[in-house]
Amino acid sequence: MDQKIRVLIAKPGLDGHDRGAKVIARALRDAGMEVIYTGLRQTPEMVAEAALQENVDIVGLSILSGAHLTLVPRIIELMQANGQSKLPVFVGGIIPEEDVNVLLDAGVKAVYGPGSATTQIIDDIQKLMAEK
Amino acid sequence: MSSLVSSRLHEDIRDNRLILARLITEVENDTTTGRDALEILYPHTGNAYIIGITGAPGVGKSSLVNQLALAFRKGTGKETKPHVGIIAVDPSSPFTGGAILGDRVRMRDLSGDTGIFIRSMAARGAIGGLARTTAQVARLMDAAGFEVIMVETVGAGQAEVEIARLAHTTIVVDAPGLGDDIQAIKAGILEIADILVVNKADLPGVESTERALQAMLQLSNHSGRASSAGSSSTPVWEVPVLRTVSNKGEGAFEVMENALAHLHFLRTSNEWEKRQHLRIRDEVENLVMQTMQQHWMKNLPPSALDKSVEALYSRKATPYQTVKDLLKLSGFNFD
Repeated sequence: MDQKIRVLIAKPGLDGHDRGAKVIARALRDAGMEVIYTGLRQTPEMVAEAALQENVDIVGLSILSGAHLTLVPRIIELMQANGQSKLPVFVGGIIPEEDVNVLLDAGVKAVYGPGSATTQIIDDIQKLMAEK
Repeated sequence: MSSLVSSRLHEDIRDNRLILARLITEVENDTTTGRDALEILYPHTGNAYIIGITGAPGVGKSSLVNQLALAFRKGTGKETKPHVGIIAVDPSSPFTGGAILGDRVRMRDLSGDTGIFIRSMAARGAIGGLARTTAQVARLMDAAGFEVIMVETVGAGQAEVEIARLAHTTIVVDAPGLGDDIQAIKAGILEIADILVVNKADLPGVESTERALQAMLQLSNHSGRASSAGSSSTPVWEVPVLRTVSNKGEGAFEVMENALAHLHFLRTSNEWEKRQHLRIRDEVENLVMQTMQQHWMKNLPPSALDKSVEALYSRKATPYQTVKDLLKLSGFNFD
């Protein structure tokens, strides 16, 4: 048997900077995970659809546009409607401190700002998967 | 048996995309649940038309799949729109086992259409351009009612010809400017093409790429293909060379029409039956070998292999006799 952690790395919203998302994708790959990368400018519907079809274990959202308070809850809502209410979500990007708790309350597992160590993210994901 | 596999399994995977998605994971991981599901669903398979798309890295395979899926969903006007399943295979890192599966990036036009299901797969160390379980995943989609299934291989060079065994129609994609790479491909995957596509046909050099492909086809018409086709009354498929510009959506409709013509050719000649039989034989052979290998490893007494290696190293044993002994130790007897 051959099991791998499957991660969706998505960039919802309109900002055009995917360097952060690519750095994370690469780091997770090097940690032995299978990373589905969707590219720029995804609608919440596209993200939820990809999470469903790919049956991923965890979803990472990279948002630099400031629209996280609209996009993230919407994506979680759509995933719930798809029957994936337990699918863990983490958010990376530029998230003001006062918004972090709002996102956590909306069901996000963790928020990683600029300067977060990729090793931390890898660690967190592996712990989360071990609990499953 | 897992709760995923119920007596309503066939209905479940038709009606519930999440169940299909989860079962694909089970099959990909080769679990008991996955195997149970495949056994139950087998009678409901064999209906899908499987198209393989292969070619060197960067020629535009994903973009062509994207355009082809759109074309199939628009339809030929004559029939109802087929449901389209897509399996996109990307390589796994040989060092970490991880993978970045990025084919969805080029398939964003397909989002929002519930008649399309895209699944990315990592090759997980398998050589041949596909993952070990790609054929089984295609079978799940087949049972789930996808009439057309497109399988995109990893960027392929010479030896990645496994797709030809899985697909009914194999499309090999090339692009201008690959230069000497064309020579390299010539010996390998071009031979499995039912349809040749020169993508990025708006780039300079398209004529020379096309000429090179045509020349190669003429050569093989004189040798292998013609003689294997038998008597002159047997219909022969002429491999077309088509141009596309996938990022602008040009040419995809013609590729679809040619694929359907090839399907018609397979159906009306005895090729369909012949290929399906070959494919099934191949699959059974592979499964038997896999199972025997697993049986051998499971039943081999611990350290037996180490001892044999040591004996061979010190030249106290010989290879073929060692094989016989090792097989006997696991309960195989070939004398």
